[in-house]
Amino acid sequence: MEAAGDFRSGTMSTKLLQRCIHPLDYKRNTGEKNLKKFVMIRADLLQEPGNLAGVRHIILVLSGKGGVGKSTISTELALALRHAGKKVGILDVDLCGPSIPRMLQVQGKAVHQCDSGWVPVFVDQEQSISLMSVGFLLEKPDEAVVWRGPKKNALIKQFVSDVAWGQLDYLVVDTPPGTSDEHMAVVDTLRPYSPLGALVVTTPQAVSVGDVRRELTFCKKVGLRVIGVVENMSGFVCPHCAECTNVFSRGGGEELARHAGVPFLGSVPLDPELTRSLEEGRDFIQGFPESPAFPALSCIAQKILNEAPVGLS
Amino acid sequence: MEEVPHDCPGVGSAQAGRGASCQGCPNQGLCASGAGAAPDPAIEEIKEKMKTVKHKILVLSGKGGVGKSTFSAHLAHGLAEDENTQVALLDIDICGPSIPKIMGLEGEQVHQSGSGWSPVFLEDNLGVMSVGFLLSSPDDAVIWRGPKKNGMIKQFLRDVDWGEVDYLIVDTPPGTSDEHLSAVQYLAAAHIDGAVIITTPQEVSLQDVRKEISFCHKVKLPIIGVVENMSGFICPKCQKETQIFPPTTGGAEVMCHDLKIPLLGKVPLDPRIGIRFRLKAGYRISLEASRGRCPACPVYRESRRSPPCTRLLSVRVATKDSLFWLKPRIHQPL
Repeated sequence: MEAAGDFRSGTMSTKLLQRCIHPLDYKRNTGEKNLKKFVMIRADLLQEPGNLAGVRHIILVLSGKGGVGKSTISTELALALRHAGKKVGILDVDLCGPSIPRMLQVQGKAVHQCDSGWVPVFVDQEQSISLMSVGFLLEKPDEAVVWRGPKKNALIKQFVSDVAWGQLDYLVVDTPPGTSDEHMAVVDTLRPYSPLGALVVTTPQAVSVGDVRRELTFCKKVGLRVIGVVENMSGFVCPHCAECTNVFSRGGGEELARHAGVPFLGSVPLDPELTRSLEEGRDFIQGFPESPAFPALSCIAQKILNEAPVGLS
Repeated sequence: MEEVPHDCPGVGSAQAGRGASCQGCPNQGLCASGAGAAPDPAIEEIKEKMKTVKHKILVLSGKGGVGKSTFSAHLAHGLAEDENTQVALLDIDICGPSIPKIMGLEGEQVHQSGSGWSPVFLEDNLGVMSVGFLLSSPDDAVIWRGPKKNGMIKQFLRDVDWGEVDYLIVDTPPGTSDEHLSAVQYLAAAHIDGAVIITTPQEVSLQDVRKEISFCHKVKLPIIGVVENMSGFICPKCQKETQIFPPTTGGAEVMCHDLKIPLLGKVPLDPRIGIRFRLKAGYRISLEASRGRCPACPVYRESRRSPPCTRLLSVRVATKDSLFWLKPRIHQPL
């Protein structure tokens, strides 16, 4: 898998240079030639602020446990924010199991380069949701990314600094389960941009809550604010008889939030329509307003909007 | 294990010890001399240690939350039903060790003896080891990078006094990363019987499982078969079946047919599994207590694959008198 271009060897337009360069440095250099030369030398430092400078709020979606619905919640949150008229980016740093391209039906799309780096893949015609995932960089969809920590860290750094996100209201970062290399890399790399915080996802059962407690400790240790806890797969309403069964137990998420002293953002019930719409790449928020999962997801998105409002653009 | 710099090129790479990011690393001299590229002496030590372990089975899945730890626990219990069979369950999920909770062994401690670390015994013939036993509080997070996790796995394999074991079941975290590479690397010389891969019916799970199968082929790890978990839910009130995780692309059955891998069985969703993990009494007792009150769901499916010269594991997924249970059968070569 080759890196998609090296900005140092490419040429840059003057407008882009003017955007990237620090105002003080710009004054010292006269003429486009000197400007270009100066920026090329300092490109390493300047490129990073350039690519995330247009992102208003960064939200990380974490969970110590696998399979609780981080990618599902990330995708649905992005769709809900898009419906509220916001421009959203999704950064999928799950390098071993990148699920989001398929959920948004953009698997197999190619990543293009521009002067400021890699162009994220746009999910819709209006370009209101953009996505970057290692899934786009694999030659075959079944190819496994069998990397140890250092290589994963390097790619995550590239995803943060070398992707031309442009102007975004929200950047949602979907992470793999655990508290390891990817999490440390993404927190370290995003730290200069002051992320809004972390949305921690769990399911109600004790075995899930047990792992997510550790994730909350991780957030505390690395100084990452917890926006709140979301309890996913919280009950299943039988479509035949409307009996609600707690397939994965109940109450664990709320109890966890109380124990950790963080806000509880809501419970999202199990809904086969939600699973199916993600499998088929349909917009659940638009297509299934009657679903029991819809009010919970909308409520979570509304809380994010209230927490981190974005003014009229 | 000492921490490595952020941009460490890797001990096996050509740049080891010579790259710019190696400056200041305590292992720089070691890497530059080429010692890092030499085979790890621990591999031989683990091979010696594993001579008393007859069968080694890895439980893998590319996807998280499909039920690897649940399946590993069930399999260990099922194998340990025969009192003459010694079973060991090793949890190498360093960041999210679920096995202590699932087995009802939370709060237990690991003791050290002259022959190494002693696993925690649930039954006389069922020993368990997990990083969970080494943490002082349930809130403690293990925030380690790859090399430190590898060191822990090495210690689990080399320093734990497993004794004479018939089956060593290794529960892994999701993905295809350090833990998986280390487990395969350290156990390579000791011969792994194979991997059981767990999935759920949805395509989002299957696409990660295909990557895991690709990983197994890459590292030449034999695949015993695939288990489809959370396959259907029977409503306790109306007894009608709903697919909560619909197999939009045919589920594990189609995937196994395409990739020519055995499908060992399909396990339905059962809410009692989630509930019983909270019971301090542990898994086994709560299972017996629920006998006779379960939904009528006679699901008997058995998958067997018998190439004549290999050892196999066959998993029967059954509800015996409406009791959900997993009963493995092992076939020895003639």
